[in-house]
Parts: sequence; C-alpha cells; structure tokens
Amino acid sequence: MNCMTSNTKIKKHLINSIIAVSAVLLFMTPGAAHASGESRKLMIAGSTSVQPIAEKLAEHFMHKHPGIKIEVQGGGSSAGVQAAYSGAADIGMSSRELKPEEKQLKEFVVAYDAIVLIVHRDNAIENISREDIKKIFAFDITSWNGVSGSNNKGVITVLTREDGSGTRGAFEELIMGTAEIAARALVQDSTGSIREIVSNDIDGLGYISFGSLNERVKALAVDGVKPEMKTFQAKDDGSKYKVIRPFLLLTREEPAGAAKEFMNFIRSTEGVELIKKEGLVPAL
Amino acid sequence: MKIADKERIISNILLLTALSSIGALALITVFIFVEGLPVILKTGIFDFIFGMKWKPAKGIFSIFPMIAGSFAVMAGAMMVSVPFALCCSIYLAEFAGDTARKFIKPAIELLAGIPSVVYGFIGVTVLVPFVKNYIGGNGFSVLSCSLVLGVMVLPTITSISFDALRAVPASYREGALALGATRWQAVKMAVVPAAGSGIIAAVILGMGRAIGETMAVIMIAGNSLIIPLSPLDPVRTLTSNIALEMGYASGAHRQALFATGVVLFIIIMGLNVLATRIINRAVK
Repeated sequence: MNCMTSNTKIKKHLINSIIAVSAVLLFMTPGAAHASGESRKLMIAGSTSVQPIAEKLAEHFMHKHPGIKIEVQGGGSSAGVQAAYSGAADIGMSSRELKPEEKQLKEFVVAYDAIVLIVHRDNAIENISREDIKKIFAFDITSWNGVSGSNNKGVITVLTREDGSGTRGAFEELIMGTAEIAARALVQDSTGSIREIVSNDIDGLGYISFGSLNERVKALAVDGVKPEMKTFQAKDDGSKYKVIRPFLLLTREEPAGAAKEFMNFIRSTEGVELIKKEGLVPAL
Repeated sequence: MKIADKERIISNILLLTALSSIGALALITVFIFVEGLPVILKTGIFDFIFGMKWKPAKGIFSIFPMIAGSFAVMAGAMMVSVPFALCCSIYLAEFAGDTARKFIKPAIELLAGIPSVVYGFIGVTVLVPFVKNYIGGNGFSVLSCSLVLGVMVLPTITSISFDALRAVPASYREGALALGATRWQAVKMAVVPAAGSGIIAAVILGMGRAIGETMAVIMIAGNSLIIPLSPLDPVRTLTSNIALEMGYASGAHRQALFATGVVLFIIIMGLNVLATRIINRAVK
C-alpha cells in the first residue's frame, strides 16, 4: 500500500516534470517565443501553507503562458510580507490576515482555508465553542457529557490529522494556539478517513477542510457562527466564521503585467477548479 | 565452443542474476541507514529508542511508544493465531484425509492472497464498530489489530508448521504406535516435539510478518502516540508511523521516518536470522 501512495507520487512527479519539460520545449520553439514576447520572470515568496497551491497554479499557468516563468519559494507569512515590501519578491504570500500597519500592501485573496468541525449526523449538537474544542483536543474534556448541546453520553472519539498535514497546521494555529493536541487523539492520514470514521461513530469529532465537507457528516457552528461562504467573507467580527484563514497574494503596487495575468488565471474556471481540488474555498 | 565453456558462461550469468537481488538488498540497506542514522545519532540512540515524545513540528523524535505498539500488536496477533495455526497444521499433517487436505490447505493459503487493504477495510467497517459497541473503547485498538493480524499471519504459520510436521520421519509415528500409543498420543509425544524447532521458526516468521504489516494496521489501530496499557487502547506501530507521515514530511522529519525504518529493519532482520538459525539447527 505504501508502494501505491509513493507510486501515485512518482506519477505526479512524472506528470509535473513532463509539464515542465513541455513548457520549456514550447518556450524554445521560435514561434512560441515570438508569440509571447520575451520571457518574463515572476518571483513569489512567503507562507509555506500557500506554497503548494501557488506552485500548482503556477505550473498550470506557465503551461498556458510559456513566456512567463514563475518561481515559488517558502519562508513563512511574515517573510512574504517583508518580501513584498522590499521588492525582494514580485508577489508575497501570506496565510494570515494583514496587520493594520501592513495594510498598505495590495491584497489578493487566492482562497480561504476553512476548517470545519464535524460530528455524526445523529449527534444533537449544533454549536460548539472554540474553548470547548481546545479542551477536547487537549483531553481536558473527554466525554460528550461535558459539552453543552450534545445528547450523547459516550467518550468522545477525538480524531486528528497526522503531523505535517496542512489541515492540522491550520487547526493548531486557529484553535489550539499554544496548547497541544493530546497524544491519545486518534490519528488518520486523510480527510476521507476522518470523514468516514465520524460518519460511522456516533461519538466522533474531527476536523476537515470545508472543501471536503459532504452530507454524511454534520458540520458544527463555532461560537454560534455556521461555516458557509457568507460567514467566511463577513467583515464584522460577530458574524465572521473564525476557524478560517485567507491565502493572500501581496503586491506593493496595484498588480500589473505578469502578476496581473497570474491573478486573472487564479480567478479563471481552471484556477478555481485547481483550488477546489486542493480542498480550499475559492474566493468570489 | 566447448560444452564446458558454455556451461561456465551460463552458470556465471545465473550467478550474476542471483547477486543482483542481493545487490538490491544491499542498496536498500545502505539507503535506509544513510538517510536515517543522522537523526538517530543527533537525538542519541538511547533517547531515540526509549524516549516518549514524537513531535516532528518541534524536532523531537523518540519512538518508544511505537516500538511498544508494534510489539503489543504482534503479541496479540500471536495469541490469536498460534493456537489456530498449530491445530490446523497438526490436523492437516496427521489426521486429514487426502480430500480434506486438498480442500483446506489451499483455502488457508488463499488468506495470504487477500490484499491487506481489504483486511483493513473489513476491520474498520465491521470489527471496529463491533468492538466499540460490545466490548468498549472507541474500537480502534490493540484488540482489533490483533484479531485482523492474527488472521493475516495464519497461512504463514500454518504452512511452515505443516512442512515441519511432514518432515518428521514416518518411523517416529510407527515407533510410537508400536509401543501402544494412540494416534493422538503419537502426535503429541513424538511428532510435535520432533517438529518443535520448525514450529518455533514458523511462529517467529509469523511475528516478522505481523510486525511488518502496514496498511491494515493503519486503518484499524487508531495511530495514537501512546503506549497501549489495555487491549482497548489505540496504538501506533513503527510501520504505520512511516506510512502515516511520509506524505508531507520533509527535512529532519523525513529523516526521522527513515530512522524509524532503521529500527524496524533491525527488528525484522533479527527475527529472520533467529528463525533461520533455529531451522538450520534442527536440520543438523
């Protein structure tokens, strides 16, 4: 089975390199070079959470626009903000909202990374507080008895993702803060299996990205706010869904040229599809 | 060309082919150790093996809970499997008629042909809910793993013990019967003791198979990072640790997974060497 995952990985890599090679080949053909003018380079740097989707988008974008070469680097959100300021990168990436003093940068929302808490459909609970979620994942609360709104009596089956997963990273950042997910929590290596287990276990509680939600499980409101497109984009604090982070592209000036083209591509049907495939919520 | 020369060329070609598989083994060994050793040495061999905390995000790598988990699951699987396998092989070797043997033996060997993901899937959809509802815990447990692994290693232990029993010379049986023993007494007092080391080797090879199993275990073990103190506790094994986290692991985390592989490699090599020694001693 290991082999299978690594096989698909190898396949992915193969496809990637084929795309890269064909992009290079296209670029080398005189006709193509003429059509798109001289080669332009776009340097993107910042959040390692945004990096995977940015790389994927860049790859498909470069395939379509052989004249533009995009390089994506990590470094973290703060480094992304810095790089956009200093011009070290053409575009900075951030997976957190900008602080007030950073607001003079131009923001472009690639997508929202929303985490939803899911339970079994027969669990009566509809709403959970962020404080309770934190306590449950730290194993300070272990039974549904201790959670208001639930009619369950059983011990909570706490499900988390494996170390290194981006979804886990977002959950730790948005909910846990400095607290740690307890070692007793059950660990699954995919959104699919967390959803599957919760749909079969009346006492289950897990988290998945909003993009992977389906009708087999129930998504909880957090602090009274339901996870839906409206609340993701709400401006006022009271009606905004909190377990969410935006994936931002940052530029010093109004984006133009290659940067503008790249952003247009992100909003195109193809870009939106890629974003959905990664389990993210496309920005409207 | 002389016939002798031809013979020599062919034998050399065959030797080369045989060596190439050893070459593959050598390459794998070198690769695992080169990738894994740095982390073990950096953490310290003792801390790496006997430490309690595995926190890749903080660069803390200790695998004792997983070593304990692997051995717990293996021991459980042996408790399930050995009695069945032993009885089965004794029946097949000593009591079954030709027709019964021709049907039962291939049927048991067929168990080995079922892909492990199928075992895992049955485990997670049938066994885990059963354990949760009728025995306790959340179902993802040492117990569930032991039951599934017990069935999975049944063919290994049965067929090797069967061969060992068959290899006992007929004179042993005849001698016992001539002394007035019943058939069961002859089996119990003469045949099984004579095949003893072969049976022990079969059990040890079964252990190796149980400890190396990955996919089925990942699906039903729960993969928590704790030392299981009860059969109903969830557990993470060495193999599932590697398979769970390799998806997004990079840098030191990735090396630590190879280091987990080093430990697993040594355990399984040890078991195999032990089994071979016991068989060889018996042959002498």
